[in-house]
Amino acid sequence: MSEDHEESVLPAGVERRAIGGETGLATRGEPVYGEATDGPWRRWEPGRSKLGALLSRGVETGIAGGETVLYLGAASGTTVSHVADFAGPTYAVEFAPRPTRDLLAVAEARSNLFPLLADARRPERYAHVVEPVDTIVQDVATRGQADVALANRQFLRGNGRLVLAIKSRSEDVTRDPDAVFEDVLDTLGEGYEVLATERLDPQHTDHLGVVARPQ
Amino acid sequence: MTDDDPGWFERAGANGRGAAAVREGSADRPREWPRLAVERGVVDDESAYYECLREATLTAAREAVAERESADDQQLVHAVRALDDCARTANELTERVTEWAGTQDADAAVDIEYVRELASRTPETPVEEQVGSLAGRVAALDDQQAQLRAYIERTAPEIAPNLAALAGPVLTARLVALAGGLESLAKKPSGTVQVLGAEEALFAHLRGGADPPKHGVIYTHEAVRGTAPEHRGSAARALAGKLTIAARIDHYSGESRPELAADLEERIERIQARDSA
Repeated sequence: MSEDHEESVLPAGVERRAIGGETGLATRGEPVYGEATDGPWRRWEPGRSKLGALLSRGVETGIAGGETVLYLGAASGTTVSHVADFAGPTYAVEFAPRPTRDLLAVAEARSNLFPLLADARRPERYAHVVEPVDTIVQDVATRGQADVALANRQFLRGNGRLVLAIKSRSEDVTRDPDAVFEDVLDTLGEGYEVLATERLDPQHTDHLGVVARPQ
Repeated sequence: MTDDDPGWFERAGANGRGAAAVREGSADRPREWPRLAVERGVVDDESAYYECLREATLTAAREAVAERESADDQQLVHAVRALDDCARTANELTERVTEWAGTQDADAAVDIEYVRELASRTPETPVEEQVGSLAGRVAALDDQQAQLRAYIERTAPEIAPNLAALAGPVLTARLVALAGGLESLAKKPSGTVQVLGAEEALFAHLRGGADPPKHGVIYTHEAVRGTAPEHRGSAARALAGKLTIAARIDHYSGESRPELAADLEERIERIQARDSA
């Protein structure tokens, strides 16, 4: 894959930069998790972030930068902090209180990040706050990940993109990950057209990255 | 009435109830809230809207986190302590009331069914009146105990989903209570979790002389109780290790990790199979 092509799929505001002797993705913003920094730039560790791993592998996500984002499963805000660095208004949904406490610190340092302590399986509890978005990023470790994506499709604009990390162990630990992925993609097909898939091993074992658009 | 669902800013009203509106509101579907807020004159422009939204969501999330985090595990601690108090008191009073009833009734039995029957009898003498009334209170205590257990079974999986999946709700509550909270349980080493509830035996051992305890309250878990006595120490150590991991995930990440239960089952099966090998 040529350097030019790789650069072209990165959203504006995300760059490949050499920081501390290592070249990798970086965004501009307040440091969050002890990542290496160089001036305003901070390294986006692909081992800590499934979206980071997907972008660093040159997968075309359709994210241009500056758009409105709904992030499901924000956890402590590691990935969503980078998203908010290059995106527009970013809504971060997380269900567990403890990681949300860390997410709050991340949101306090950013003017475009809106944390919501809510269950991604119940979108009606945040539809009065979240506007229609250009991108949904989903990384929820729960059974029924495809159902979460389908339930939240109402937030996605017609030409928007869903970027999803499927964790096979959350669906069924005992089954072969490939079979689990097939089932999840099957269900996802009820509302989305899958544009690309990419296994995220070895950085994220038994995870599949998926890019899809609503149909 | 989809079109009538108000956005959070409409519920908020003029005087800073934004956080409450974010937390309590709902809508059937999303709408172009920033544009609507400007059109309806709630804010001057979209950047002012996002400033208000930021303030409201930060405050709402901060409040909700504080409520759910600080309160829930402590409620569980109180509930399980109340459960134990009710059980102990009900047992004690069952003995008292059935012993008393035995002076009047040759068929008196020391169990709660007999006590309930005593409570339902129509008293004919002043003594029966006292016995019946006391029996009624014992039955009520027993009901309270059942209610507390149901409360624990409902809330423990919300507070510590992985731990509750491994240990069951009541043992989860006991471990959290012995540690003083989910956070302090998550910070304890596995060896401490293994002997939580066996402090007396542990200190007898540390003072010298006594054998170290193999297990504390986790003794009630099937993985320990269902294992032959000579392997219970190993089973307790394996169980404590998994419970410690579960407590840490529950406290620090909240993510559900169903593979823990399968791991545990496999370990225990291996330990239990040692004899037959």
